[in-house]
Amino acid sequence: MAQIEEVGYEQYKHLVSERALTGETMLLNMGPQHPSTHGVLRLLLELDGETIVNAIPDIGYLHTGVEKNMEAKTFLKAEVMTDRLDYMNTTGNNLAYCMAVEKLVDLDVPERAQVIRVIVTELQRIASHLVFMGAFGLDLAAMSMFLYCFREREHVLDILEMCSGQRMMTTYFRPGGVWRDVPVEFESAVRSFIQMFPKRVDEYEALLTKNPILLDRLVGIGILDGKTALSHGVTGPTLRASGINWDLRKARPYIGYEQYDFNVPVRTEGDTFARYIVHIEEFRESLKIVEQGLEKLKKLSGQPVLSDNRKFVPPPRAEIGVSMEALIHHFKFWTEGFPAPKNSIYNAVESPRGELGVYLEGDGGPKPHRVHMRTPSFDNLSVINKITQGHLVADLVAILASIDIVLGDIDR
Amino acid sequence: MDKKLEKIVQALQEQFGSSVEEFRNEAHVFVKAEQIVDALTLLRDKFEFELLSALTASDYYPQETPRFHVIYQLSSLAQNITLQLRVPVNSDQLKVPTATRVYDTANWREREVFDMFGVVFEGHPDARRILNPEGMDGHPLRKDFPLGYEEPQFTFNYDDIDLKKIYAKE
Amino acid sequence: MGIEQKLGDMGIVTTKLEELVNWSRTNAMWPMLFGLACCAIEMMAAQASHYDMSRFGMELMRASPRQSDLMIVAGRVSRKMAPVVRRLYDQMPEPKWAIAMGDCASCGGVFNNYAILQGVDEIIPVDVYVAGCPPRPEALIHGIVTLYEKVKADKFVTPT
Ligand code: SF4
Repeated sequence: MAQIEEVGYEQYKHLVSERALTGETMLLNMGPQHPSTHGVLRLLLELDGETIVNAIPDIGYLHTGVEKNMEAKTFLKAEVMTDRLDYMNTTGNNLAYCMAVEKLVDLDVPERAQVIRVIVTELQRIASHLVFMGAFGLDLAAMSMFLYCFREREHVLDILEMCSGQRMMTTYFRPGGVWRDVPVEFESAVRSFIQMFPKRVDEYEALLTKNPILLDRLVGIGILDGKTALSHGVTGPTLRASGINWDLRKARPYIGYEQYDFNVPVRTEGDTFARYIVHIEEFRESLKIVEQGLEKLKKLSGQPVLSDNRKFVPPPRAEIGVSMEALIHHFKFWTEGFPAPKNSIYNAVESPRGELGVYLEGDGGPKPHRVHMRTPSFDNLSVINKITQGHLVADLVAILASIDIVLGDIDR
Repeated sequence: MDKKLEKIVQALQEQFGSSVEEFRNEAHVFVKAEQIVDALTLLRDKFEFELLSALTASDYYPQETPRFHVIYQLSSLAQNITLQLRVPVNSDQLKVPTATRVYDTANWREREVFDMFGVVFEGHPDARRILNPEGMDGHPLRKDFPLGYEEPQFTFNYDDIDLKKIYAKE
Repeated sequence: MGIEQKLGDMGIVTTKLEELVNWSRTNAMWPMLFGLACCAIEMMAAQASHYDMSRFGMELMRASPRQSDLMIVAGRVSRKMAPVVRRLYDQMPEPKWAIAMGDCASCGGVFNNYAILQGVDEIIPVDVYVAGCPPRPEALIHGIVTLYEKVKADKFVTPT
């Protein structure tokens, strides 16, 4: 479209095939405002008729400067920034960051907090996959999926709001535990969700999995083999759909995932359909974890949810009312922060999209010297050119939906 | 440190004469810029580090030698270990050979490091900015790049700040 | 209640043209399907079954700016995106309105840095600001109803 002439594809010259230079193939701009690019992704498509010769992503339209901004804040205050990276998986980002801080300063977390973290993270994973399903359906013209999935997502968001006071940007996990204990209604709310949800997943499957129109559009489309995937740094469900059993929750268990009994769904086909099935299966596995978590939570009732290491954790509110020292400590804690060693760590967790890593470096002061978020969507998207070549433009939409990108996650 | 990791680190030390730091059970191996491609190839082919998890950098301004560390975070799925390689880069020689031939993911990651820090990756097939707009000045994640903070306007300083806004000049 | 009672036997309604036009504008205002960041997810939630914005005459999200009346800037606008937003706004036909949804679009929010526009009103005129990070769907709906009130109070003026 007009935009290409305006930008001039000089800078893309080395990326398109030679036929584009002679005008034999067509260059088409898709995005940044496009209903099926999931936000503000821009793709430059080189088309031969309707077949894709090259799909070149142009990212950065949502570049937020999060990493730079975090360097200007203390360790605790920087946490609010992490919510806004991958906005479908806010508590997961908190988890990755909090664990990184805990690892850097060597801070222990009470067991009850760990269990709460597991439950909330898995619920968030379900919510994230629900958005995936909804958007996936929408892109494949199954509009009702969108309405159903967002209906269920409201339940999860209600639970999150119950714990943290916010629907999306929770900042519920803090270094050393969680902000506060879960409310009393938490358990019954989660239980009713667990009861309701499996039936709903079956409904989704009834709508989609055997739907011949959908199968025509998904099976054998966008095949990604395991080796290419790994070389491109693809992780998460996209990798597992390519036959590689790699889930950090199993491989390097954190926050006590080793105590839970769950499977890692793996498919070997590597096509769009396999990626969809992996997501559906993960709904069920996450539910299993949540259910076991609830049992554990019951056993641990009454235990603390925040570490009592006062060096890194603020004093509880109740104490501030009666103790002058606690008040002073609280004030100094939030204004000055705590120092961290002059060294660096890397910590990774499994987000709904893949390996979410945090590289955190302290410089001896209260502010991070460098924070780098290794965001899974960034690498997952980089493979798009390889797997769309030779497919139709309509397939590109399906493939893009199936690798489940979040632009906030890519651009940071 | 893990037994498996120890062996790998030893092999790296022997071959490249690199120094090692250990912190919280993580190994940080320092290699020179010209060795990095060989080191990565060795790690990928011999020690099964299939995944380049992260590639980033860190700025130590005002220190000039080294000004940056380019950081390669590797994971091995088969052995379930991670390893970090760090390449110190001096400010008068902002060059590192590209790793795109070893790991495909290095392509975008290196573009990001170039965009954010201005470290040039020699031989990179597509050396453009990736996140920031084309034609931007400077590299934002360097320590000498300002955050770009805009002062909040309150009643007492409203007019002062208003004068500095772009529209004031029109 | 309804138009029938007002009609009486005559089958005629008298009203001011201004009011009629404004009434029709508010009751079928099509927003542009244009999500930027986290707030866009809440905008989608407002569209979906639980909150259902179609109660306010907004069943359609148009992906094309040429068919929409309302631009909901849902999310942070980066410096790279700013020209695009402006261009989309320019492509919308008159009359058009804009809602800045969320703190980022209103004033930059938590991101006070080099990459983010400190409020989308630096590039386009904004009618209603909705606070919150992200605003709840109810807040967005309230913003839209507020916009309706504004539109209903519009006066026809001869362009000078
Ligand atoms: S206001 Fe908050 S939720 Fe909305 S785009 Fe900004 S950071 Fe995201």
